[in-house]
Amino acid sequence: MTINLFLQNVANGLSLGSLYALIAIGYTMVYGILRLINFAHGEIFMLAPYFLYFGLLIFHLPWWASAIVAIGLTALTGMLSEKIAYKPLRDAPRISALISAIGVSFFLQNLAIVVFSGIPKSVHRPVFFTRIFQFGEIRIQSTLFASIGISVLFLSLLVYIVYQTKTGLAMRAISRDIETSRLMGIDVNKAISVTFIIGSSLAAVGGILWSLRFPQLFPTMGMIPGLKAFIAAVVGGIGSIPGAMLGGFVLGMSEILFVTFSPGLSGYRDAFVFLILILILLFKPDGILGIKVQEKV
Amino acid sequence: MKKQSEKIYTLIALIILVLLVYLAQHRLDAYKLRILNIGAIYVTLGVSLNLIYGFTGQFSLGHAGFMAIGAYVTALLVLPPYYKEIIFILEPLAWPFTVLQAPFIVALFLSGLLAALAAFLIGLPVLRLKGDYLGIATLGFAEIIRIIANNLPHITNGALGIKGIPEYTNLWWTVGVAAVTIYIIKGLIHSSYGRALMAIRENEVAAEVIGINLTYHKVMSFTISAFFAGVAGGLFACLLTTIDPKAFMFVMTFNILAVVVLGGLGSITGTVIAAFLFNFFLEYLRPIEAGFSFGPIKFPPIPGLRMVSFSILLLALILYKQRGLMGGIEFSWRGLFQFINRLLAKKKPTEGSAS
Repeated sequence: MTINLFLQNVANGLSLGSLYALIAIGYTMVYGILRLINFAHGEIFMLAPYFLYFGLLIFHLPWWASAIVAIGLTALTGMLSEKIAYKPLRDAPRISALISAIGVSFFLQNLAIVVFSGIPKSVHRPVFFTRIFQFGEIRIQSTLFASIGISVLFLSLLVYIVYQTKTGLAMRAISRDIETSRLMGIDVNKAISVTFIIGSSLAAVGGILWSLRFPQLFPTMGMIPGLKAFIAAVVGGIGSIPGAMLGGFVLGMSEILFVTFSPGLSGYRDAFVFLILILILLFKPDGILGIKVQEKV
Repeated sequence: MKKQSEKIYTLIALIILVLLVYLAQHRLDAYKLRILNIGAIYVTLGVSLNLIYGFTGQFSLGHAGFMAIGAYVTALLVLPPYYKEIIFILEPLAWPFTVLQAPFIVALFLSGLLAALAAFLIGLPVLRLKGDYLGIATLGFAEIIRIIANNLPHITNGALGIKGIPEYTNLWWTVGVAAVTIYIIKGLIHSSYGRALMAIRENEVAAEVIGINLTYHKVMSFTISAFFAGVAGGLFACLLTTIDPKAFMFVMTFNILAVVVLGGLGSITGTVIAAFLFNFFLEYLRPIEAGFSFGPIKFPPIPGLRMVSFSILLLALILYKQRGLMGGIEFSWRGLFQFINRLLAKKKPTEGSAS
């Protein structure tokens, strides 16, 4: 393999990893606070590019305006899903909330089939995202740069919100101990809503970037990326935001490099991802950056 | 109530069940039979998942994978050799499978055994994990099994799947297997093993302290659970007559999990009720999306509306009944009579009120 091809694949891996990282944040934040695997997150991810598509098609908005509206609507859906389906179950057994999340996932997926129809739609990509840069022998599409750049931008914004603002402080407090936070006067419901808004908008950004890279929309498109981003969150250490970012990049990179080095096994690509997950779980059950919680007897 | 009269009641109930199955098998049309069959297979799947999750407390999301193993083993064993040559068009079938053939019951048993073997090998390392981590790891294994099935065209015919499997499964088989599953798992739960499993569910550390071998019991429960999932997979293959890797996506596991949780964790009765309700609603909501005409106005069919209403129903049920339909309570004759007595007692003072 030439060094050029290798570099091309590294760039590929980075951009895929940045998308996984964006989606993984939503999983890790919700898990950190509610101890809930939000299986509907993949469907939230799927909605954003659809909103963008119809914003362009029906309302003839400019691309950037349509993208902003799409992110806003997706964030709203995420927040409402929590209010309707998870909030009433906060004191119920955790498995009930999980079933509720699966219910929301089914609902959104099939609502998408009803409203958007099940026929795959091809995405119109603005010229800016289809340009191709040539470095010697390496050809890199501008989507690649855009997805890395935009992801880093939004991830920095997230780090700022979580670690520098008062809302972020409230969110971190709740993830430590929800009852004590309530006693300290933190508006728990508001902070949880904010968590869902942030997680869903990051998933929306990820979804839009995903649709620029793989320009086809269908109602079940969120399932596999959602599952892999969730794995990224677990690999990085679920509940930890830096962990989710790292996990996303690790997963994207190893997935691309696996296909690069053993093209004959490319059918086993997803199996390889699961194998990484299982190995990490067996040898470091709390993930790369997770904190070990000692069980009290 | 005396033990003896309870036994007589159970015997009568069994005879009624056999009569009902006989009537259903001969009177109902193929569509209704299909729904009943799937419901009964879901009972087997749900009760076996309840063993590992509801009674042992180990969050396993691997059922779809074990089902897949069972389905493929049964399919490869019951298909006649000449027919295998016709359907394996991508790559010819590998050697031992070309000549192997077994009667349905042997195939089902082997399906269970192989699924159990897979569960044993997976369970040994993985069952050390706890809670959600165990769920994710088992989900990962189930997906790996599915992906392998997708990539081995000389054994599983790859993504094309296996078609034309003889339709051996009928209501006798599905209800019979479900009854045997319930009988065995109920017996297991009421044995000393079952007490150990429930002790592990309640508190792992405490269970270990009083001398319960955690690994042994967890792996045993996981393996038995997978055995029945494998048998159910075999029944599934011979009911649908077509299997392909897509049928065993993690959505399948979610459905089974939903049945178990909606029925009430740790209640076999609940699982049985939920398994049939789940599939009845899934089918009887079909007219919603079929489209209809109201006088001169015609409503076009809307694909997807059935599943939208189904998921709303699912959400409403879990929000309203947070601990499932039965909430961990088990059926017993004594409980039934008490329930009837209470209904009658309520009815007497206010005659005519619908209760």
